[in-house]
Amino acid sequence: MNPPKSDLPQGTLDLLILKVATLGPIHGYAIAQRLQQISRDALQVQQGSLYPALHRLENKGFLAAEWKESETGREAKFYRLTAKGRRQLRAETDNWQRLSDAVGLVLQLAEGESS
Amino acid sequence: MNWWQRLGKKKQLEGRLDTELRFHFDHQVADNIRAGMSEEEARRKARLEFGSMDAVKEECRSAWGTIWLESTLQDIRLALRTLRKSSAFTFAATCTLTLGIGANTAIFQLLDAVRLRSLPVPNPQELARIQIRNGNGGFFLSLDDYAVSYPLWEEIRAHQQAFSGMFAWASQWLRLGEGAQARRASALVVSGEIFSTLQVPPVAGRLFRREDDQPGCAAPGVVLSYGFWQSNFGGQHTAIGSRMVVNDVSLEVIGVAPATFSGVEVGKNFDLAVPICALSVLHRGDRSFQRLDYSWLIVMGRLKPGWTLAQASDHLSAISPGLFEATVPTGYAAASLERYKKFRLEAISARNGVSSLREQYDAPLWLLLGITGLVLLIACANLTNLILARASARQREFAVRLALGASRGRLIRQSLCESLLLASTGAALGLVLAGALSKSILYFLSTEGDPLYLELTTDCRMLAFTATVGTLACVILGLAPALRSSHIEPGAAIKAGGRGLTTAREGFSFQRLLVVVQISVSLVLVVGALLFVRSFRNLMTVDLGFREKGILLAFFDMSRLRLPTGQIKTFKRELLDDIRSIPQVQAAATTTNVLIGGGMFSHGIRAGAVDDWSRFAWVSPGYLETLQIPLLAGRDFNPGDTETSPKVALVNQTFVRRFFANTNPIGKTFRTSPEPDYPETEYQIIGVIKDTKYFNLRGENPAMSYAPASQDAATWPSSVMYMRSSVPLGPLAAAIRRSLGESHPQMGMQFRAFQTHIEEGLIRERLMAALSGFFGALAALLATIGLYGVMAYMMVRRRNEIGIRMALGASRPQIVGLVMKEAALLLVIGVATGFAGSLVFARTAAKLLFGLTARDPLTFLAAAVLLAAAAALGSYLPAQRASRLDPVTALRDE
Repeated sequence: MNPPKSDLPQGTLDLLILKVATLGPIHGYAIAQRLQQISRDALQVQQGSLYPALHRLENKGFLAAEWKESETGREAKFYRLTAKGRRQLRAETDNWQRLSDAVGLVLQLAEGESS
Repeated sequence: MNWWQRLGKKKQLEGRLDTELRFHFDHQVADNIRAGMSEEEARRKARLEFGSMDAVKEECRSAWGTIWLESTLQDIRLALRTLRKSSAFTFAATCTLTLGIGANTAIFQLLDAVRLRSLPVPNPQELARIQIRNGNGGFFLSLDDYAVSYPLWEEIRAHQQAFSGMFAWASQWLRLGEGAQARRASALVVSGEIFSTLQVPPVAGRLFRREDDQPGCAAPGVVLSYGFWQSNFGGQHTAIGSRMVVNDVSLEVIGVAPATFSGVEVGKNFDLAVPICALSVLHRGDRSFQRLDYSWLIVMGRLKPGWTLAQASDHLSAISPGLFEATVPTGYAAASLERYKKFRLEAISARNGVSSLREQYDAPLWLLLGITGLVLLIACANLTNLILARASARQREFAVRLALGASRGRLIRQSLCESLLLASTGAALGLVLAGALSKSILYFLSTEGDPLYLELTTDCRMLAFTATVGTLACVILGLAPALRSSHIEPGAAIKAGGRGLTTAREGFSFQRLLVVVQISVSLVLVVGALLFVRSFRNLMTVDLGFREKGILLAFFDMSRLRLPTGQIKTFKRELLDDIRSIPQVQAAATTTNVLIGGGMFSHGIRAGAVDDWSRFAWVSPGYLETLQIPLLAGRDFNPGDTETSPKVALVNQTFVRRFFANTNPIGKTFRTSPEPDYPETEYQIIGVIKDTKYFNLRGENPAMSYAPASQDAATWPSSVMYMRSSVPLGPLAAAIRRSLGESHPQMGMQFRAFQTHIEEGLIRERLMAALSGFFGALAALLATIGLYGVMAYMMVRRRNEIGIRMALGASRPQIVGLVMKEAALLLVIGVATGFAGSLVFARTAAKLLFGLTARDPLTFLAAAVLLAAAAALGSYLPAQRASRLDPVTALRDE
């Protein structure tokens, strides 16, 4: 039996992709694999929706892309984080941290009251 | 990559997207197989996890940010394809729009040049014209009702405080060169301050200064226009300091005005400018330009900073009594002089220069613009109808596309795309057409005696106008079909094929409103068109009251013969006898005033208790015979009427009505009021002639009186002669010029066909009438066709209903009667509102009509009948056709 999977909250896919891209030039399939591995299959990413997000990030200049040979010898599109993307990642991470802290706080408080 | 770079590399991008996604998919499949699945299952699982490949691709494309552009391009391609498929429609629509937009733009361009453009000088808004409030009413000798005399100009200049600079000017023809090479040049006669006040710098040499225009200047200089400098001196700077012969006087060229400066009168250009003081040199010491009773100068000024036109007007009005008091002419009746002293000056804006053209063409051009605008509007409405008809044929297509998921916005955009293409093509071609059209109108308006010069450039105002008109056309064309297509209910439309009974009711009342509007607008147009066409016909066929064909007009200038004053009359008489002795000349006579466009001359007249004025001219015996003006009573002049015999006069019917209450005037007398060259004289009336036109075709025939040339107190060294002949006039003129040239080589001679002279005097009026009539008729025709179309279209849409009625037992005449009764109701409402509109329109146009009133009942009736016929035909024919159908076919048939 697989562990239960959660859908990604709106807008977090971009953050995750940017984070994964810090590892260095990486192609789309590898990004998908990494996302699943790191989240231990807990996050449900519709693989198709990865690509529009990649293209959007590339269009915004957060990611840069180049075509080169992959480990299997086929031509693949590799994405890497740009300086602009790095700044964006930092800002988004801070945002996320604040949000998740706040949400956690509220949940703890609510738990304390009910017990 | 930018979006336009992406657009250019679309193929490559698509290929790469495909490779990228396929790479992912293949890896997934390989991994799945490695995890132990069969190949088929591995593929299935990969597909499930990936989702729809096409949807992903579409999302990626929209992430590129080029999708809007691509879909627009798609829309344009689709529109082009649709338009190409119905090439007849496209051709008709493009032609209509080109003509409509072109005509509008051309008229606007003329209007802009005549009316709206500022003078090309710094701060034109500071310029003002100083004139007598309400004009002087042709007081004394006036070239223009608003002109002032030279002494008055000097007074104004000396006493005003509102203007930082002032100048006076007038235009004149001067003779350039000597002997056989002599030709006319149009000259500006200007005061010395003109260029400094207008702030116009020289291109070469220097322009006039105040010092150049001092009374009695012995050696005046001449300033050339840029065009004259280019054509006569090749733009060489050696022109400055050279001499040229003007009116037999050698003048020094001192400078050249810039190319942008064509004087301050709109529609006119000049060859050279001379200072006012030069006139006495150029006209052999004649100082009549300084006369107190000769108003010929136009005075303009530049307002001092901080002064408004209203303040300047108040100031001028306040100083007027002193100015007019100081310049009262002598030798006139006391009553006239009292009137003169009551004149007041005012300042009006001269930002756009002065223009007689403006007065002449302002109203006609605006009206013409209105008419061409309506032509375009109606043409667009007709096209909209066509497009709507096409759209209903395509309704099923739209419904299918809606059902397949196209957004309504996309459908609207597509139908707007078609009209946008049509409108922009029409606007672009219209702009080209407008250039040619406005130039040819200007060409036809220009005559030899009065050339027109307008800078017709394609400026941003004109482009903006065309763009606005084009956009308007696009909106009119596209809006209705677009709204239509967005209202489609896919389900119902597919089922009913767009003809559903459910929608008929709502669509029907809208259509009825459309018909009523179309009828009333069409009626206004048809009434307008008929009024203009009939005015034009009246103008072309107007009875002048005298003969114009086969008459040669001759101007003789004897000033260089230097005859003693006492001999001038004898010389003229002998000259007339010489002309009469030529066998080809059937009759000849002299006059002091050429009819139609030849200037005006009036005398104050007192007869019994009536104190009024009459046109006046001195003519030789044979005048009536030459022009074939009927003598109604009494006798003509004869050689027995000499300088010493009793003073006699011929008068026309209007004169008799005005001064003698239509009683027999023969033997009665009248007195002229005194003027400097014309002392008070008592004339006895010896004959009555028929009324003729005098200066122009409009208005009532004026009171007219003639006295014998022998009894003319003034003796000018020039003569105007009419000669009637049955041989061609060109060779006759050449023969006369040859024979007189031998006996009097010093005498100046000019010949023109009287008919040409008259036609040139009327050409502008006739052309404006022709244009208004033409565009009016075009609008009326389009409106009528459009009305037929709308009615017929409405009927076609009701075919079903007719089928049902017939299936339920209605007879054929009942059906036709029903339809006609409805059409009649719509027609009555439309005609009633149309009449109201027509009355308003006709009142606006009343001034431009000729020979009929604005409320001409016949015109209104004819317009109503024409439209009723179109509407009746438009409903009868389709109704007849529908009622002849088998009801079952009508019901089943789409």
